[in-house]
Amino acid sequence: MPDVQRLIQAVNQADSADLLLETVEDLSEAGDIVAIPTLVEVLGFNNPGAAVAAVDGLIKIGEPVIPYLLENLDGYNYGARAWATRVFAGIGDPAALDLLLEAAVTDFSQSVRRAAAKGLGSIIWSKLPIEDVAAAQQQVLKTLILATEDGEWVVRYAAIVGLEALGDTLATVQPELLSEIMTRFQELIASEPEAAICARIKYAINQLQLEQ
Amino acid sequence: MRDEEKTEAEQLTLEQAIANLKQKEDLGDRYYAAWWLGKFRITEPEAIATLLEALEDEQDRAPDGGYPLRRNAARALGKLGDKSAVEPLSRCLEFPDYYVREAAAQALEMLQDQRCIPALTKLLDGGVAAAIRVPGKPHLVQPYEAIIEALGTLGAKEATSLIEPFTEHSTEKVKYAAARAMYQLTRENKYGEMLIKALSGDDLQLRRSALMDLGAVGYLHAGQAIADTLAENSMKLIALKGLLETDLGNNNTEVPTISTESIKIMNLMDSLL
Repeated sequence: MPDVQRLIQAVNQADSADLLLETVEDLSEAGDIVAIPTLVEVLGFNNPGAAVAAVDGLIKIGEPVIPYLLENLDGYNYGARAWATRVFAGIGDPAALDLLLEAAVTDFSQSVRRAAAKGLGSIIWSKLPIEDVAAAQQQVLKTLILATEDGEWVVRYAAIVGLEALGDTLATVQPELLSEIMTRFQELIASEPEAAICARIKYAINQLQLEQ
Repeated sequence: MRDEEKTEAEQLTLEQAIANLKQKEDLGDRYYAAWWLGKFRITEPEAIATLLEALEDEQDRAPDGGYPLRRNAARALGKLGDKSAVEPLSRCLEFPDYYVREAAAQALEMLQDQRCIPALTKLLDGGVAAAIRVPGKPHLVQPYEAIIEALGTLGAKEATSLIEPFTEHSTEKVKYAAARAMYQLTRENKYGEMLIKALSGDDLQLRRSALMDLGAVGYLHAGQAIADTLAENSMKLIALKGLLETDLGNNNTEVPTISTESIKIMNLMDSLL
């Protein structure tokens, strides 16, 4: 039996939370596309430790994960959906862009909205046909600005992180969008009730000014 | 909350809730109304007055001799923030029903009024030696966790020497409640480190509650350990937010620069989103 099969079998046979974590870590380490279905299954196990390891493993495998994960999203398990969203965010493949755009502002689970908002900031634009980039970035900007009005602090926080990352990539392509982000940050500092988020905004402004 | 309760919650009005709580025929309606007033933060004087009456109810009795309505009324009064409840709730601490005492201690913690400190402290009489399980019950003789957490939150420095020995109690929840309170009262790192140790324990519930404790007390050295805990990211994010708020509070908010410590915490938060 090839090595990866043995690692998959170990995950399937794990009969305790600790053993599951250990075997998933080993399987993730392998970074083999054969492991994709097993790792995706782990996202739905309600075992945060193992899920973190599976997310890392899937991100490590990268692009080949995207089509499988899009096909196999569990619409009813929001825990699994949140972890899957973190995988999309970590890989940054524009193939998941539509899903992230929708999830960031419409998913009923705040963990999913949070992960999507962060993920929108880390899309790898060079993987998109160059003529589509400007429009897609504008759409991301619009969605993230909407997410800064979310009722949950953690989603607003993630939207700031997403906007900062987006701003980073915009500086050269569409500087006028960058100034839109800066204006929005200034408005938010005045209106945001959470001190933690205001601090994150100030930090983001500092970072973006360093870039310029 | 069950589905039918949700529907009812939408239907109840303030007047109905108060009327339901005042009537004596339907115990279920009374019990539910007490919960409803707390849940929807109804601070009308009449709501408070009716809840205070319910705190002395003799009618609603559980098979174990307990007083369900009093428990619910105490919980609601904690949420409503009206200081006139401090003395009645303090008297509840002497009541025979364990769960009424527990609800009262939790409510008093929320009301943030130091007048209740002597009554809370009294329940620690006998120290750890007296803090044993009640035969045949799933709890100790006093709701120690709630009492100690309340004393910590209320800043009851005079109770420090009474609480300290509880950091070695054999019940984990009591032990960590004592560690949390001791950190709040003394700011000594060793108590924060005790809570950090709980983050790597075997029991997910305890890990979660240690996360919440560390966030609530803002133990700044806990950042990396919180991020590394085997628990849901949403809980770790809440805990780290608590740390961040503590650090921001320690620094002058007028200064536009952000401390290195705050940046470290934010980087951890970013990685968990």
